[in-house]
Amino acid sequence: MTITPGEIVALLGPNGAGKTTTIDMILGLTRPDKGTVTLFGTTPAQAVLAGEVGGMLQTGSPPQYLNVRELITMVASLYPHALDVDEVLKMTGTTEIAKRSTVKLSGGQTQRVRFAVALVADPDLLVLDEPTAAIDVEGRRDFWNIMRSVAASGKTVLFATHYLEEADSYADRIVLMARGRIVADGPPTEIKAKVGGRVIRATLENVPADELMTIAGVTKAERQGDGVTISCTDSGTSDAVLRELLTRYPAARDLEVRGVGLEEAFLLLTADHTDGANTLYGESSDRDGRELQ
Amino acid sequence: MKNLTYLKFEVLRTLRNRRFLIFALIFPLVLFFAIAGPNKNVIVEGIHFPLYYMTAMASWGAMTAMLSSGARIAAERQIGWTRQMKITPLSTRSYFSAKVLCGYMMAFFTIIALGIAGSILGVHLSALDWLKLVALLVVGLIPFAVIGILLGHLMKVDSLGPALGGVTSLFALLGGSFGPIFQSGFMLKVVQDIPSYWLVKSSQSVLSPSGWPPLQMWIVIAIWTLAMSRLAVRVYRRDSSRVT
Repeated sequence: MTITPGEIVALLGPNGAGKTTTIDMILGLTRPDKGTVTLFGTTPAQAVLAGEVGGMLQTGSPPQYLNVRELITMVASLYPHALDVDEVLKMTGTTEIAKRSTVKLSGGQTQRVRFAVALVADPDLLVLDEPTAAIDVEGRRDFWNIMRSVAASGKTVLFATHYLEEADSYADRIVLMARGRIVADGPPTEIKAKVGGRVIRATLENVPADELMTIAGVTKAERQGDGVTISCTDSGTSDAVLRELLTRYPAARDLEVRGVGLEEAFLLLTADHTDGANTLYGESSDRDGRELQ
Repeated sequence: MKNLTYLKFEVLRTLRNRRFLIFALIFPLVLFFAIAGPNKNVIVEGIHFPLYYMTAMASWGAMTAMLSSGARIAAERQIGWTRQMKITPLSTRSYFSAKVLCGYMMAFFTIIALGIAGSILGVHLSALDWLKLVALLVVGLIPFAVIGILLGHLMKVDSLGPALGGVTSLFALLGGSFGPIFQSGFMLKVVQDIPSYWLVKSSQSVLSPSGWPPLQMWIVIAIWTLAMSRLAVRVYRRDSSRVT
């Protein structure tokens, strides 16, 4: 796997997929059993020394007895070409809490401060391991807006997440991992296309699902009460299916066409690498709970 | 220590932690006045009690100060800050040097405070003897700097409080911080192999005919430092290879 400068890459996968291990190897915290990691043509350790990499680990709460500005100043002093501390506080939206003690921050504030710690080195590569794992929806949105504006300045960003929606919204490229392997790698749209793309929902009484299957291009048809759900391979076929559906059954209404969500793409792609799709889904939803839903 | 800004904030963090200030400074000071005050003219092991007890309490407080750096290491390991520091250009050596220097800084506060307290109760030493006394305490504390790092990697934060208290008390007790416990015999030989014994003994060493401690002190301190360093390196490596 190669990441080119300026890319925003999401490392997506359930717990135990190997996201953190991959990130630890990139940062030089863990040595790979096989293969090598090269950052900017050198080793992770050298890149860290040169201040070319900023990392935000899954754990790594700021230590106590310092306020936010002092903490960032302390970390900045370690780097050869650190950013101005005020600048970093502004970029990460932590100016208002600069004088607050590091132990008196909310979850979202703590993550922004940790992001500032990673950013102060002015690194070319930012590596973020599940940066929004412990924060609420609003805090998460704030965080990603900040990350996006930082990335706009040309930095390369690699982030791990198991929030599918996050990878879809904020990355240019998604690397899907399961059980230590890359199972898919491409832009979010491409990953969706790989599993066929479109679902049509409609309200349509008195037509058996089997009859809908006779429309060319339909891969699956299901009925729930008065509603029907029709799956097709891609957007081209879904248009044709939609036309045929309306011609055959003018009574069809409440039409809705949507792309397959990343959730579904994720389940279909990772299912091949397990004993069965249900095993993976069952296991991960036990551990991840609502994140996977 | 190349990075003074980093060191400055480490010092600031150490000073803001009031708990250790109480244990390393206030306790020994209060105990010194309470016990040495009424016993000003008593002679212990050939020297005046206030001088003996001043050195004893300074040793106890300084040991607490040195070992407290272990508490800071353990806390930073627990919250994952140590790993965050590993992905900065800060070297492991600098990280530990800063912790040890902060331990020594606290130890100095204790030594100076007890020196002043001692003078108030009539302890009288020449300038050279004061210097020698401080120098012997600084050297005698080296093993405790290493033990602090060792405990910081061995213990979890919730078990560290009792462990530090226990270890410090044991060293203080056997070393004679609360009064000499063995005057002669086999047990005296045993406690003479413990570094805290020589910390407490520093003032007697300074006032001895030669003006210096016996060779045994240097050997005991060197062996403890080496042995504890080897253990600390082993525990540090085991800790660094953990995945989480």
